[in-house]
Amino acid sequence: MTYARRAWIVLWKDALTERRAKATLNALLFFSLLLLFIFQFTLGGDRERLVAALPGLLWLSFVLTGLVGLGRAFLVERENDCWDGLLMTAGDKSAIYLGKVAGNMVLMLLVEVILLALFALFFNVDIGRALPALALVLPLGTVGFAAVGTLFAAMTAHVRAREVLFPVLLLPVQIPVLLGAVKATDAALAGEGLGAVAHWLQLLGAADVVYLVAGLLTFDALLEG
Amino acid sequence: MNRALGWLAVIGLAGGLIMAFGVAPREVTQGNVQRIMYLHVPTVLVAYLAFAVVLVASIAYLWRRDPAADRLAHASAEVGVLFTGLTIVAGAIWGKPTWGTWWTWDARLTSVAILFVMYLGYLLLRGMIEDRERAARYSAVLGIVAALDIPLVHFSVYWWRTLHQPPSLLKPGPATMSQGILAALLVNIVAFALLYVYFVAKRATVLRREEEVPA
Repeated sequence: MTYARRAWIVLWKDALTERRAKATLNALLFFSLLLLFIFQFTLGGDRERLVAALPGLLWLSFVLTGLVGLGRAFLVERENDCWDGLLMTAGDKSAIYLGKVAGNMVLMLLVEVILLALFALFFNVDIGRALPALALVLPLGTVGFAAVGTLFAAMTAHVRAREVLFPVLLLPVQIPVLLGAVKATDAALAGEGLGAVAHWLQLLGAADVVYLVAGLLTFDALLEG
Repeated sequence: MNRALGWLAVIGLAGGLIMAFGVAPREVTQGNVQRIMYLHVPTVLVAYLAFAVVLVASIAYLWRRDPAADRLAHASAEVGVLFTGLTIVAGAIWGKPTWGTWWTWDARLTSVAILFVMYLGYLLLRGMIEDRERAARYSAVLGIVAALDIPLVHFSVYWWRTLHQPPSLLKPGPATMSQGILAALLVNIVAFALLYVYFVAKRATVLRREEEVPA
């Protein structure tokens, strides 16, 4: 079996489990809808203020739903000795990591697109012009987040106080990605074009590559349990 | 061995104090406050050295699975966090009289603060895992990711800050160093490096003895 095929199988297995159990996606969407409400109530009804803070609020909600969603990525493997099954698979184990990252990316991007639509609807923002730029910025930011998030989720799956430790480890490491993503989203929403934030996009791209390579190389050491 | 290192560090620190308060001239614009630099700069340099050692030791551990590499990473991370904390505190004490504030979201301050929380998380992870071998593997992975993150943090925070305000106002220290100041700084850097080596060696020894004790 080729490397890509093994990664695909992990992704497929997770997608199938999610489709049947509907354990994560529904809850995440509901959670992000609640976040939207919370922003409205805590920041007040001043639309101008909300729109000015929109790039930050968007990524804040992506990160919070990501923390809830990604933290669960490996919990399903702890049941029915699935972890041992993963350990016994033949070949390079990093294919499992790649499959998990891809799955988490799909999950996060889905939530992000729906959140974006909800933000546009509830806060009455016209995002039509910004969509092509956002179609580049959102995946760039999400790859980095999912790459480290998946790695740390595997790390904290066996640790007590996992719910606290996962965000505490992930958030500081993700500050470069967050800064870059918010700046690029800001430019995209303002309709400035991405030329002015090219250096941020490069940083995001570099971060994505660094995190993915680090994850692929070190995942083996985490899978041992 | 450890004892000799300790005495070397003590001699170095004594020399550093003499240089900082006796030999180095009083800085013209800032006055005596500037002498905090002889603590502030060496501690931050040693902190970076410590995190570089964590990276190398972490890679070595994943490669060879030698517990000694893990003890080195553990000890170095602890001392690194300590020195980062010292840097922040010394910087705040220096910042209050010169900039008029304990803390500002300047690029360099922010970078060091992020490093501090990142490696604090590293120590937290270590503390949460009872199994020694697993703690070693997990923290090795985190030690590598955290170190790779340092350049990204630096670039992003630098761009983030400099787009808002020019750094000219917040440039600490004299623009050009006099010979006396430079010499005092170098002596202190060597002294704190010796102190770092002593702390790490001592801590690694304690960690080894802890492993020898049956749980």
